[in-house]
Amino acid sequence: MRQELFLTIVILLMLIADILVSDKKALNKIAIALFALQTVFGFFSVYEGSLFGGMYVTDSLTFAFKNILNIGVFLIVLQSASFLDKNLSEIKKVGEFYIILFSSLLGIYFMISAGHFLILYLGLELSILPISALAAYELYNRKSSEAAIKLILSAAISSGVFLFGITILYADAGSLYLKDMNGNLSLTYFSIMGMVFMFSGLAFKISLVPFHFWTADVYEGAPTAVSNYLSVISKAGAVFILVVLLFVSLRSMVDIWKYMIYGITVLTMFVGNFFALRQQNLKRFLAFSSIAQAGFITMALLSVDRLGVSSIIYFLAIYIFSNIGAFGVVEAVALKTGKENIDDYKGLYRTNPMVSLVLMLSLFSLAGIPPVAGFFGKFFLYTAAASKGYYALVFIAVVNVTISLYYYLIVVRAAFLRKSEKPIPYFKSDIYMKTSLFIVTIALLVMGLFSPFYEYIYDISNIVNF
Amino acid sequence: MTLFVIVPVITIVALMAVRNKSYFRVVALAGFIVQTLMSFNLIYQYLQERASGNNDIFVFTKDVIWFAPLNIHYAIGVDGISVLMIMLTSVIVLAGIFISWQVDDLPKEFFISLIVLSSGVFGFFISYDLFTMFVFYEIAVIPMYLLIGIWGSGPREYAAMKLTLMLMGASAILLIGILGLYFYSAPDGGQLTFNIFEIAKVNLPVSMQRLFFPFVFVGFGVIGALFPFHTWSPDGHASAPTAVSMLHAGVLMKLGGYGIFRIAMFLMPEGTHFWADFFLVLAIIGVVYGALAAIKQTDLKYINAYSSVSHLGLVLLGLLMINNIAWKGAMIQSLSHGFITAMFFAMIGIIYGRTHTRIVSKMSGLLVIIPVIGVLYVLAGLANLGLPGFSGFVAEMNIFVGAFQHSDTFHRVITILAASSIVVTAVYILRLVGKILMGPPMEEYANLPGITWYEKTGTFILLFFITLIGTMPLWFGKILSDSIIPFIERL
Repeated sequence: MRQELFLTIVILLMLIADILVSDKKALNKIAIALFALQTVFGFFSVYEGSLFGGMYVTDSLTFAFKNILNIGVFLIVLQSASFLDKNLSEIKKVGEFYIILFSSLLGIYFMISAGHFLILYLGLELSILPISALAAYELYNRKSSEAAIKLILSAAISSGVFLFGITILYADAGSLYLKDMNGNLSLTYFSIMGMVFMFSGLAFKISLVPFHFWTADVYEGAPTAVSNYLSVISKAGAVFILVVLLFVSLRSMVDIWKYMIYGITVLTMFVGNFFALRQQNLKRFLAFSSIAQAGFITMALLSVDRLGVSSIIYFLAIYIFSNIGAFGVVEAVALKTGKENIDDYKGLYRTNPMVSLVLMLSLFSLAGIPPVAGFFGKFFLYTAAASKGYYALVFIAVVNVTISLYYYLIVVRAAFLRKSEKPIPYFKSDIYMKTSLFIVTIALLVMGLFSPFYEYIYDISNIVNF
Repeated sequence: MTLFVIVPVITIVALMAVRNKSYFRVVALAGFIVQTLMSFNLIYQYLQERASGNNDIFVFTKDVIWFAPLNIHYAIGVDGISVLMIMLTSVIVLAGIFISWQVDDLPKEFFISLIVLSSGVFGFFISYDLFTMFVFYEIAVIPMYLLIGIWGSGPREYAAMKLTLMLMGASAILLIGILGLYFYSAPDGGQLTFNIFEIAKVNLPVSMQRLFFPFVFVGFGVIGALFPFHTWSPDGHASAPTAVSMLHAGVLMKLGGYGIFRIAMFLMPEGTHFWADFFLVLAIIGVVYGALAAIKQTDLKYINAYSSVSHLGLVLLGLLMINNIAWKGAMIQSLSHGFITAMFFAMIGIIYGRTHTRIVSKMSGLLVIIPVIGVLYVLAGLANLGLPGFSGFVAEMNIFVGAFQHSDTFHRVITILAASSIVVTAVYILRLVGKILMGPPMEEYANLPGITWYEKTGTFILLFFITLIGTMPLWFGKILSDSIIPFIERL
């Protein structure tokens, strides 16, 4: 609970600082300092407890997950500072950016700690609505406004669908508590419809196929830091709550939703991968790659046990770092040169070796190649699915990994193998960007090989009581 | 034992710290001389250990829990097969560093990728936990993409992409086999395990073995150039820089045979007996097809690449014959082909570095102009076609003798076909030697420089080992025979 309180204080302090501090650049530093405090404080918070008669629950898994999200958001704050510093003259508003960003994070806190559908729904709304404001933050860019409109429309529709699903399930089970729902559900078409609606609402947020149509456009138009936030933090929060809903609230329906998840997984992997093959713009490319990654995550849902939960959480943590690394490099290059296409990256290694290495590590992590962390994450996802005998699904997944390797290698090929007459010239990123990319690199190398991290996650993954 | 993985890491760190361009190769060389000495010492230690009466399958074992919830261990150790494979790897990388002494485009990155690759190979040969093994296998594959893509020649991007995707696709198939083994490793509801020897104690259901054997076999078979999945190999070899072709044909392709022997056949004996005939047919097609295709090639590297497909087909054939002698032959063939093909590729690289062409018809009479290189090339060729005194003869002899112990028509036909491929090998090697080395010397090549010291060192190291195996086959056979016993008991 203290994490939420402290984050609220951070938001209020930012509000005050926005009024008092006239130097906009200083606001960046204040935001970074405050959020660094929040991140550190998060580790010392109390982690067991419930409020409002079980409507709001915190346990060790949500506690750890919030800390993972905090670190991710901290890296995104660093990258945003880089973005805001650079475009200060056009944007003029700095404080609001952070206030909105932190509010959205607060929403995600609510969402993952929810023990009751009311809090869950509140959190869901709070997490996504502020982001549409952020998506429109490049006021001078029409694409940015377009992205914002697309995001808010799809968010509104998905919330509506989600709410409708809750309503039906409530009508059937007679309770809005997440834990109580399981025992009271009747397995009729009525409640199955509710389950499907609820799932569809969340699938929008996770951008599972066929609910993914907004993803590429929004990621491309929004400021890179915001796309980054959408692709990792927002998605991770929604996946987490999907795990809780499916494993706790809708557990009695497992024989029904497993077919749905199976189909969606296959569809998501193939569609995400095949669309990613043809992309030129790196932000669109990463959008489709993140759709495909979501497919790998849902694969582990089929195991319905501790192994599944732990491998999903572990993979999400790794995925957060990998994607932040990839988006970070795209942002670093775009801020200096305005270039976002794969072809522009030709010969990047020869002019900017460090940035290229971070890019390669992040992409290898997304592709699942050892010794980078992504390999271990993916391996445990396969293990989770195979533990219940879904070898055919694992086979489809590994075929998809090979396809995805092709397009990740296309980017590596541009940066490392090719030479260009006009490569991106050598540039120096500012200290914010450097710090964030440095942290990402260390994390990617350590998180996989260093097994206690996974063991810790496995230990705490028992909240989903069974 | 872990030193084999740590020394390369230290070398890489040292390489990163070095600033002066000409020191990279020295640092890399120093690192690998240490590695090679360690591998000789390992053989010595291993023989001592066996002499003192240690009869475990793996000796010098070390077992550390890595991911406890899934019972994944970092488990390493060696037996007779792996000590020889480690020696092969370190010698070939050492020779490769000599051969690539003159890399001037991004030398630091070149040596780092080379060493990452070799540490993956070392790790693969020493591990006996399926997960650890798989991790090292993938580490060994991915640097190939950069090595071929950046420093290669010809259609390098295409070749690099094809090779990487095929090998990673194969490892993905292998992964299914590994997961299958893992989830059947405790039928009575005990702790699941990735440990090879623990799994070997379990009676895996026959239906499971029949289902998962092809996954593991094909997963490893792709990298071992199993027909029809060999197509990455000619393109990859032809486009790769010399040292990488050497390492690739010499070492990386051996992971296939080793993995099939150690995992597919050792863990799934029922599956082996069920599928052996089917894969024997594929292997014999690879042997004959590789040899015939080599005749038609005009590019020196393609000739050698198809020759590799043919020779590695013999390794698979020997393994699938399922008897002591053929297995020993297959293992010696792995070693011998590693050295011979590495030397062959080194010679091709040396010639190409001078003539700047690899097309056979554009060369003639080189023996007069560069006599030392010419003679070494002839030696490599003779070793390749299996002349007694060189290692190839011993290996192929063992395989055929072992194969002929099967008295049914099917195996006889296959053995005869395989043996006839030796004749075809002689045809393309001798034709090749005749065309490029004999004949009237060409004017444009009149002033080719002679062999340099680093090229000489690299090739002589390899030649030494080729003749060593050829003249002392019993010694190598003795190291292997202890380690083959557990396989005989199981199959």
